[in-house]
Amino acid sequence: MNKYKGKGVYGAVAIGKISVYKRQELSVKRTRIEDVEAEKKRVERAKEISNQELSDIYEKALREVGETNAQIFEIHMMMLEDEDYNESISSIIETQLVNAEYAVALTSDNFAQMFASMDDAYMQARSADVRDISNRIIKNLSSDSAGMDGVSGKMIVCADDLAPSETVALDKENVLAFVTAYGSSNSHTAILARNMNIPAIIGVGENFLNDIKDGELAIVDGFTGDIYVNPDEETLHAMEKKQAEDNEKKKLLLELKGKENVTIDGTKIKIFANIGGVDNIGAVLLNDAGGIGLFRSEFLYLENSDYPTEEQQLIAYRKVLESMAGKKVIIRTLDIGADKQVDYFNLDKEENPALGYRAIRICLTRTDIFKTQLRALYRASVYGNLGIMFPMITSVSEVEKIKAVCDEVKAELKEEGLEYSENVELGIMIETPAAAVISDLLAPMVDFFSVGTNDLTQYTLAIDRQNRMLEGFCDTHHEAVLRLIKMAADNAHKNGKWIGICGELAADTSLTEQFLRMGIDELSVSPGFVLKVRSQVRNTDLSH
Amino acid sequence: MVTKTIEVVNAQGIHMRPAGMLVAEMKKFPNCNVTLKCGEKTAKATAVMQIMASGIKCGSKVEITAEGENEQAALDKAAELFETGFGE
Repeated sequence: MNKYKGKGVYGAVAIGKISVYKRQELSVKRTRIEDVEAEKKRVERAKEISNQELSDIYEKALREVGETNAQIFEIHMMMLEDEDYNESISSIIETQLVNAEYAVALTSDNFAQMFASMDDAYMQARSADVRDISNRIIKNLSSDSAGMDGVSGKMIVCADDLAPSETVALDKENVLAFVTAYGSSNSHTAILARNMNIPAIIGVGENFLNDIKDGELAIVDGFTGDIYVNPDEETLHAMEKKQAEDNEKKKLLLELKGKENVTIDGTKIKIFANIGGVDNIGAVLLNDAGGIGLFRSEFLYLENSDYPTEEQQLIAYRKVLESMAGKKVIIRTLDIGADKQVDYFNLDKEENPALGYRAIRICLTRTDIFKTQLRALYRASVYGNLGIMFPMITSVSEVEKIKAVCDEVKAELKEEGLEYSENVELGIMIETPAAAVISDLLAPMVDFFSVGTNDLTQYTLAIDRQNRMLEGFCDTHHEAVLRLIKMAADNAHKNGKWIGICGELAADTSLTEQFLRMGIDELSVSPGFVLKVRSQVRNTDLSH
Repeated sequence: MVTKTIEVVNAQGIHMRPAGMLVAEMKKFPNCNVTLKCGEKTAKATAVMQIMASGIKCGSKVEITAEGENEQAALDKAAELFETGFGE
């Protein structure tokens, strides 16, 4: 048994097999073979496994995302059976007397190039599908030659750190826990783990990654930050017991479902959920959130290889609004730049990205992108109860410009005969000290405020939240931050507007009473924290 | 041998989904050779990559040829798929 220690970011226990997240491309070596028939049989076998895998993925996708989206895997199966593709593999093996891996890789390159050279952007993108199925075959060829039993089913994902675009691509259904060598508790891996209610441990150090192997049994204790690799019987039993007790406790918490968010003395507060994609709606409903207080629209941009169209965005927004059936849904406009990068935006490298060209600053200078998003949002507004929220506000003139673009978009839609709701609430994030300090000037211009505590803390304390060297300096309960929140709350209420908190602090139950006393109207937290915060509210008494 | 020429109505042309649907239907006629001819390019109606690689666009004319067992039924089915825009 080997024990490692890091920092736990979500309290839960996971027991399962390790899967090391690899970033490198599959490397294929060319070797000379003697037995052509044996090599062809290996291809056949790898194709059979690939076909079975694709068929499983198809079935799963069918259940989860519907037939239209699942069809791609059915077509991948057809591509596996494509005559030209298979003839090419066979003939390379026969004529060049090379190994199956190399023949598949070469065929993959040729077919991918054929698609890439077509004059149609859609067809060019199909080269990725060719590579996808080919890599699957190569993977299955390699694992049978190495004789390793491939990790399947649910896994503990171990990586150095994961970028937002990488976390988006993970098959989240099969992730039991995250363990990363680097990262801080505010990193995206940590946020994702909290969103998914699975344990995560960060900052374990690089030795860990060098020691472990795919398929090894491990226990992840998100409460203590301990990881046990190849645990002994005694540890395994103790941790199984801890896991069972934790599940029991979480089940009890579920009994709070359907109960009001009201303190002992009768003060009420709304508890909403933060989500980062349409996939998370299930978790929102399961945990009984009163609405969505922060829907991060970035996933639409991160998942795409080009700017998402108005129609693509409309489909996603409509789906969220309809799923929430009239409950409030607050969608935040594009918030990229700084630590969230998207290739096709072609943003320059900056000396100081956190203080750089990001979020609303991109939207207000590249209004084509901004207007596409706003058009999609307004068109979706007829399907539910929408609020639009703008990130990184620092001045009155920014809000004036935003409102002018919104009016322009509405006028265009009206002219084109496209419907939108007149009841869309417009709000701003209070995540810069500037916005909090001039919240008296901003409040009359908007319908609501939402405090983004992660950025507000980083900008107020001048501390980089991704820098793990600074964790010791970062006082998340710093009086300066709390005073700024109080200031924004007072100014919102003086103007008859409401204020919510959507950053990580909203879920910090040691602050719940203080937030209630400030008169915060809404707390928006990761879905897994909704009931925990509700329990805290229901046990709070403000009467003394 | 039977042939019919149709015009592609799908706005995005014969992309992955229609190509997949066509292949799935044509595999139900194992002893009939169905080919598509569009401009210079020809593709077997059971080869998904060939069909996609033909880059058949909206508005282009495709000559469908079927030869073998149940050729008329295979041709009718293929033509029907194209004419109804593959249900899009």
